[in-house]
Amino acid sequence: MDALKQELKENIIEQLNLEDMSPEDIANDDMLFGDGLGLDSIDALELIVMLDKSYGIKLTDPKEGRAIFESIDTMAAYITEHRTK
Amino acid sequence: MSKGVAITGMGIISAIGNNVAENYHALINGNKGISRVKKIKTNHVNDIMVGEIAFTNSEFEQQLHLSSDNNYSRTAFLGVVAAKEAIKNAGITDINAYKTGLVSATSVGGMDMTERYFYDYLENKATQKYIEGHHAGDSTQKIAEQLGIEKSLVTTISTACSSAANSIMLGARLIKSGLLDRVIVGGADCLSKFTINGFKTLMILSDTYNTPFDENRKGLNLGEAAAFLVLESDAVVQAENKTVLAYVKGYGNANDAYHQTASSDNGDGAFLAMEKALKVADFTPADIDYINAHGTATGNNDLSEGRAIIRVFGEHVPDFSSTKAYTGHTLAAAGAIEAVYSVLALQNNVVYPNLNFETQMKEFDMTPQLELKEKPLKTVMSNSFGFGGNCSTVIFSKEQ
Amino acid sequence: MKQVYINSIGSISGQKTFDNNEFLNDIVDYEDNVISVIDPIYKDYIPPAAARRMAKGIKMGVVASKIALQDAGLENVDAIITGTGMGCVRDSEKFVSAIIDNDEQYLTPTSFIQSTHNTVGGQIALELQCKGYNFTYVHGSNSFESALLDAKLQLENNEEHNILVGGVDELGDHTVTIHKLINHIKPHAVKSSELLKSNSVGAVFAEGANFFVLSNEKQASSYAEVTAVKLFNTLTKAEITKAATDFLAENNLEVSDIDILILGNNGDIEHDGYYHELQSGPFKNTQQVYYKHLCGEFNTASSFGFWLASKIIKTQSLPESVKLNNIKQASFKTILLYNQYRGENHSFTLLKQC
Repeated sequence: MDALKQELKENIIEQLNLEDMSPEDIANDDMLFGDGLGLDSIDALELIVMLDKSYGIKLTDPKEGRAIFESIDTMAAYITEHRTK
Repeated sequence: MSKGVAITGMGIISAIGNNVAENYHALINGNKGISRVKKIKTNHVNDIMVGEIAFTNSEFEQQLHLSSDNNYSRTAFLGVVAAKEAIKNAGITDINAYKTGLVSATSVGGMDMTERYFYDYLENKATQKYIEGHHAGDSTQKIAEQLGIEKSLVTTISTACSSAANSIMLGARLIKSGLLDRVIVGGADCLSKFTINGFKTLMILSDTYNTPFDENRKGLNLGEAAAFLVLESDAVVQAENKTVLAYVKGYGNANDAYHQTASSDNGDGAFLAMEKALKVADFTPADIDYINAHGTATGNNDLSEGRAIIRVFGEHVPDFSSTKAYTGHTLAAAGAIEAVYSVLALQNNVVYPNLNFETQMKEFDMTPQLELKEKPLKTVMSNSFGFGGNCSTVIFSKEQ
Repeated sequence: MKQVYINSIGSISGQKTFDNNEFLNDIVDYEDNVISVIDPIYKDYIPPAAARRMAKGIKMGVVASKIALQDAGLENVDAIITGTGMGCVRDSEKFVSAIIDNDEQYLTPTSFIQSTHNTVGGQIALELQCKGYNFTYVHGSNSFESALLDAKLQLENNEEHNILVGGVDELGDHTVTIHKLINHIKPHAVKSSELLKSNSVGAVFAEGANFFVLSNEKQASSYAEVTAVKLFNTLTKAEITKAATDFLAENNLEVSDIDILILGNNGDIEHDGYYHELQSGPFKNTQQVYYKHLCGEFNTASSFGFWLASKIIKTQSLPESVKLNNIKQASFKTILLYNQYRGENHSFTLLKQC
């Protein structure tokens, strides 16, 4: 699980061009959207593609992403349960 | 700046017809032009529906008597067909008899050829002719050439899905200022893999018929189309004893300045655009008889636009409908397509039905017009909004 | 009708023009057929959260506009009008190649969103929170002039007071590669100072952003007055001279009233003939100036010419590096600009000391 969380942090930083950040700057329970990391709806769409491409999880409704992408913890838990690759 | 801006001709090609008469026939009979995509090979064929025009590029080539070495994009073909109809409809025989300009709009431009030959260009000399046809101004230059507009003001606007509404706005300004006597205004956009995949990544494409202002709306259908209007000054109308179809009475442009693609919750930009248009027309909200809404059938647009309409019109929202269920969202051309529909509504005193509507939206209680309605119309407001926060409203009127 | 003034400038180009305190003091002499801009420190102007999705053209446009706003002493403007010939080519290339390379799978929205032609105008509005009029013109080498004309009409009619107007285009790798194939780009490297002696087809491609605050109120920082701009979709070489003198006549001017003629020569032997008509014709005794050896060619390169004219009038100085001939001129009060690209989309612009 810890390896997955580290991997998620690295992928998020790369995928979303968070140039000035490193994985250490993101705590597992940090809010990714809103007041936390400040991600927005376009980032959410980027993360949906990341779920599909890296873990074989397909979301059809962007609204489903809200709870899943709350934090690194919630993402890792969801991926662990639903991944197909 | 009190001069009138008369509309004396119109031309259109869309998924519901190849000319003005065919489009009107489809509108009043509730015939939509939405189907599975046939001309573009895409993996998403079963996931989306589109408003596609039946003619192939080679059929257009024949219609326009172009030699086979032409480098027309589909956007250019559509634009030329619609612009030529507009000129004919306006009874113009000598285009250069008056100071005549052209303002077109496009977002796709020559992307249909660029995406087809992107890598092919590197090794195939035969396709390289399309490289010059990529940029957005290319189709406009071709339309000007086909209409015989020379040594004049010709330009192109690209503000995403509000583009053609903005060409009407600039055209009106050019006539009011006295810079030109006549301006052909409109827009053209063809379907492309680029826009299909782009809107797909935004997850706002419906897999079935789009349902504007419906609670369960699933997103938009992309469409391809072109439409042009001939705007003329009072002086030309008088000198030529022209029949005036309608007037461009008001226009307003504002930026939502909220998000790159999404509209703000309260539709600030839309609200400002409508308010400005009313001010330019010197109208109050009560003067508007029908709103041809942007109504793309995305969750975000219809809610934001609906709220903005309520902010402007309060308890007295006039009859409104979106015609996107007929044509799909024709992007940069939409403002011109819906301008033609607005003028037709004025001429025939009809309000078009908002097709495919089933369930009332829960956020507000205003309901679009669901059946074809005949009533005397003096004014129509047409909204067009786009990415980048671009919001535009144009008001058409029967009387000057 | 109100007068229209250039109240400020902001330029990012192949020269170090982003510093408004300088005026082509040190010229960079390139030897290439493609020229990139000299970058300002974008981070000084754009917060990282906003910058992370921006391709080069968007950054250039946003920063040039911020420099122009600072120079005018303004926090905001009433309207934003942008010209861009090719739009956001980098994101367009990225999205098209992703569609093809991945067979329409695993595509992400960012490059699509950023690829639309009005991205720069929209991003400036977003950064400034400017809810006013916002247009983007995309008509080849008349993109900037279309924006200029639109702004001028609105300011003259007193519809708005301060309008941000600019031209921006960026280089993209694929776009450069394919334009080399069709000889729009010179087949060989050219020294900037010898551009007009290159004796070959095509141009030295480049990128840049030049933004201006135009206003109908003159202020201490004002550079010049914009008295006229006129666009032509077509003109033949034989018609150029008459078009130029007619344009002057419409503005109650004669050739002798023009202190400087600024021309868009780009060293393309197939198309520079348009400029030669004016150079050797009625304006042969006028001080002539060129600039595309400094900023390269792109659809909105004429906005660099507009920047140059503004600077010359305000500073009353003429850098040696831009002179095409040497006609002694006591002062620089009236400047005529002429530009075209590949024989299409011609424009005349007239600036006056204010």
